[in-house]
Amino acid sequence: MMTNKKRIDEPTGTETVGHEWDGIEELDTPMPRWWLWTLYATIVWAIGYVILYPAWPMVHSATEGVLGWTSRGQLEQQMAARQMELEPIRQALVSTDMRTLEGNPELMQQAIEGGRSAFKVHCVQCHGFGAAGSKGYPNLNDDDWLWGGDLETIEYTLTHGIRNPDHDQTRFSQMPSFGRDGILQSNEIQDLVSYVRLLSGREKNSAASTRGAALFEANCAVCHGADGTGDRTQGAPNLTDAISLYGLDRTSLTDTITNARFGVMPRWGQRLDPATIRMLAAYVHSLGGGEKIPVAETAAEAKAESGDNEQS
Amino acid sequence: MNNLLVKTGGWLVLVFLAFIAMVLAVDAGFAVHMGIIMSACLIGLWVTVSKADYAAIGRGILKALADPGKYDDDPVRWGIIATIFWGIAGFAVGLYIALQLVFPALNLGLEYTTFGRLRPLHTSAVIFAFGGNALIATSFYVVQRTCRARLAFPRLARFVFWGYQLFIVLAATGYLLGITQSREYAEPEWYVDLWLTIVWIVYAVVFIGTLIKRTEPHIYVANWFYLSFILTIAMLHVVNGLTVPVSLLGAKSYSAFSGVQDALTQWWYGHNAVAFFLTVPFLAMMYYFVPKQAERPIYSYRLSIIHFWSLIFLYIWAGPHHLHYTALPDWAQTLGMVFSIVLWMPSWGGMINGLMTLNGAWDKIRTDPIIRMMVLALAFYGMATFEGPMLSIKAVNSLSHYTEWTIGHVHAGALGWNGMITFAAIYYLVPRLWDKQRLYSLRMVNWHFWLATIGIVLYAAALWVAGIMQGLMWREYGDDGYLVYAFSEVVSAMEPLYLIRAAGGLMYLAGGAVMVYNVWMTIAGHERAEKPMTETPHNVEADRPIVAEPAE
Repeated sequence: MMTNKKRIDEPTGTETVGHEWDGIEELDTPMPRWWLWTLYATIVWAIGYVILYPAWPMVHSATEGVLGWTSRGQLEQQMAARQMELEPIRQALVSTDMRTLEGNPELMQQAIEGGRSAFKVHCVQCHGFGAAGSKGYPNLNDDDWLWGGDLETIEYTLTHGIRNPDHDQTRFSQMPSFGRDGILQSNEIQDLVSYVRLLSGREKNSAASTRGAALFEANCAVCHGADGTGDRTQGAPNLTDAISLYGLDRTSLTDTITNARFGVMPRWGQRLDPATIRMLAAYVHSLGGGEKIPVAETAAEAKAESGDNEQS
Repeated sequence: MNNLLVKTGGWLVLVFLAFIAMVLAVDAGFAVHMGIIMSACLIGLWVTVSKADYAAIGRGILKALADPGKYDDDPVRWGIIATIFWGIAGFAVGLYIALQLVFPALNLGLEYTTFGRLRPLHTSAVIFAFGGNALIATSFYVVQRTCRARLAFPRLARFVFWGYQLFIVLAATGYLLGITQSREYAEPEWYVDLWLTIVWIVYAVVFIGTLIKRTEPHIYVANWFYLSFILTIAMLHVVNGLTVPVSLLGAKSYSAFSGVQDALTQWWYGHNAVAFFLTVPFLAMMYYFVPKQAERPIYSYRLSIIHFWSLIFLYIWAGPHHLHYTALPDWAQTLGMVFSIVLWMPSWGGMINGLMTLNGAWDKIRTDPIIRMMVLALAFYGMATFEGPMLSIKAVNSLSHYTEWTIGHVHAGALGWNGMITFAAIYYLVPRLWDKQRLYSLRMVNWHFWLATIGIVLYAAALWVAGIMQGLMWREYGDDGYLVYAFSEVVSAMEPLYLIRAAGGLMYLAGGAVMVYNVWMTIAGHERAEKPMTETPHNVEADRPIVAEPAE
């Protein structure tokens, strides 16, 4: 057992070390040179690296490294470089009148691209990354707007949000819960459902819808209009088209009239800077349903402005 | 008789204590765990009473001592069965959560089956249950053979086995119940941690005790690796598990560390779980089973010394590379990266020593499927230990971190290295432990080899592509200077790759099923009629401890 069992291993021609455990012997092969030299090379590299970069902890702080590099510094530098790149566009956007933005295709396009990116961070969670929305979250690709679809209006909606009770300027309206609050009986609600479905062409004229028409006149027309085409000043949807936020089937409509809805969007004015909000407005506007800022108003104000200019 | 009374009484006291803790528990999870402990004690009680040899006790006959001329292999046999059982369970849960990523409906809408709870079940099952049992079992096998001595404390060795299984059951059920410390790879709560500490110290006692009573003059290299594994895991486990329980009768506890110190402690532990659980002791397995199966001497004694010491010295510092570009101070990040890079060659030393041990027996790769598994394991070990230092480089890490690349990297190591070397060891051990001429089928080992290999390639390739794509998409800026993709777009882009990964996992699991059948039939004593492949003969006469002869 203690005897030295060194021997030359035949297939390799290498001497063994002389130990043996359960039949296992070890060869006395020198370490491969490439292995050793690569190990040395990594050690040399490591020494160089710890001289160049922050590495050794001392009593109060650590060695800073010859290069003076810090990860925070690198981040700040990169962020600042991006900021520099984008600043002219942001400045231009904030100082441009939204009414003239469409007349500046280059800036408009830059705004749309910025909006596309911001939309993916802040908006896709609800509106989806094709902006097609889903039940309760409006599709932004069509031209059916609840609160209005021109650049200024979209910017306002984005800035102040929808139904933020703690914010005075927010878009706000509340449809009554006709069923829950006992304003209408359930058979009346069914009649009303028939009439609303008639408005959007989902049902034919019937006795129920005729009764519903009277109920509509008395209860709904004040917001949705006598013809049911809605009112953007209070976000009352147009009921005569095939587009609906919560569904036009009987069950959904019954639910909507019985309990009402209370869709909320955050006010982005408190989270995003004005330039980003303008970019988002431009992007949403560009999706297909963007409307012109009402001409009459534009003309009147433009006149007033030019008047101001003349005076000054 | 007295002895039996003491044992029975002891079990009853434990049952009683667990019952009281269950009744007084402040949360449901703790109560369930105390119920499990009570059941375990009841089983212990039942075994004690029913297995007692009353006739012998009555006649005052002492129980016959175990044959000192044979190795103590009972805990090894149990360990091999447990390894296979937990392995299949762990692979199956892994496949299930891989499918959850493609089909979220598989979360089943139950809190117990959500991805968040099943994921630690998977990682702990494969690392600690499959890997841990394999390591404890093979260490008990290897340390006896290479010391030519029986296990030092047979009863304690049995306690280690059963105590470790209880730890696994408590950990696994805890995850499903939502009991977690939220420390990756160390999720079990304080009382389970304490139990594991006891089991682990006893494990160290058995292992070191056996080393001390060895009849060989030197300690074989495999035992250096096993020893460093046992000691370092004890240290890591205790430090990372330092917590303050909210109540001694409740599951919840809070870490002794906070903020970035806590994160660093966690990753000092986490990375060294990879180092001292998944690398070092598996190298120990390699150092015993490769030369035994190949019947060749170890390639280089000198290399084994240098790579052992450099590996364990360097590995312990590499943890901070998991926290690049975080609140961790820059200096710590630098050191984590630098130590990781220097670690490259020490890691490869093990691969070289394993592969080059085949010098003079290269033909066995063609003819012996067990050798083929070992070679593949070493190849994946080499790949993973090259990829690791590469991923620790900050510039690479800024792309790879938080992506699927990391998961691909881990699985190349886990499936390729840990899995394959363990399967090879199981196939080596089963006929020897159950005293059979040969395995039921070597051809089936070959099937297992190919199923697992193709599975790993699908898995790793899919996640490499997924990870790099994910990293590039996250950071892609368009011509106008804005980020191009929404997070959710990146998620949906990965769907086909997740499917390929699940397919790879399925093949790996299928290979495991082939192994179960093969091992089952071998233990049952069957031999499949098939064209023979290279067998490594088992010398039963040499497989005995050296028994001290009484002086004449």
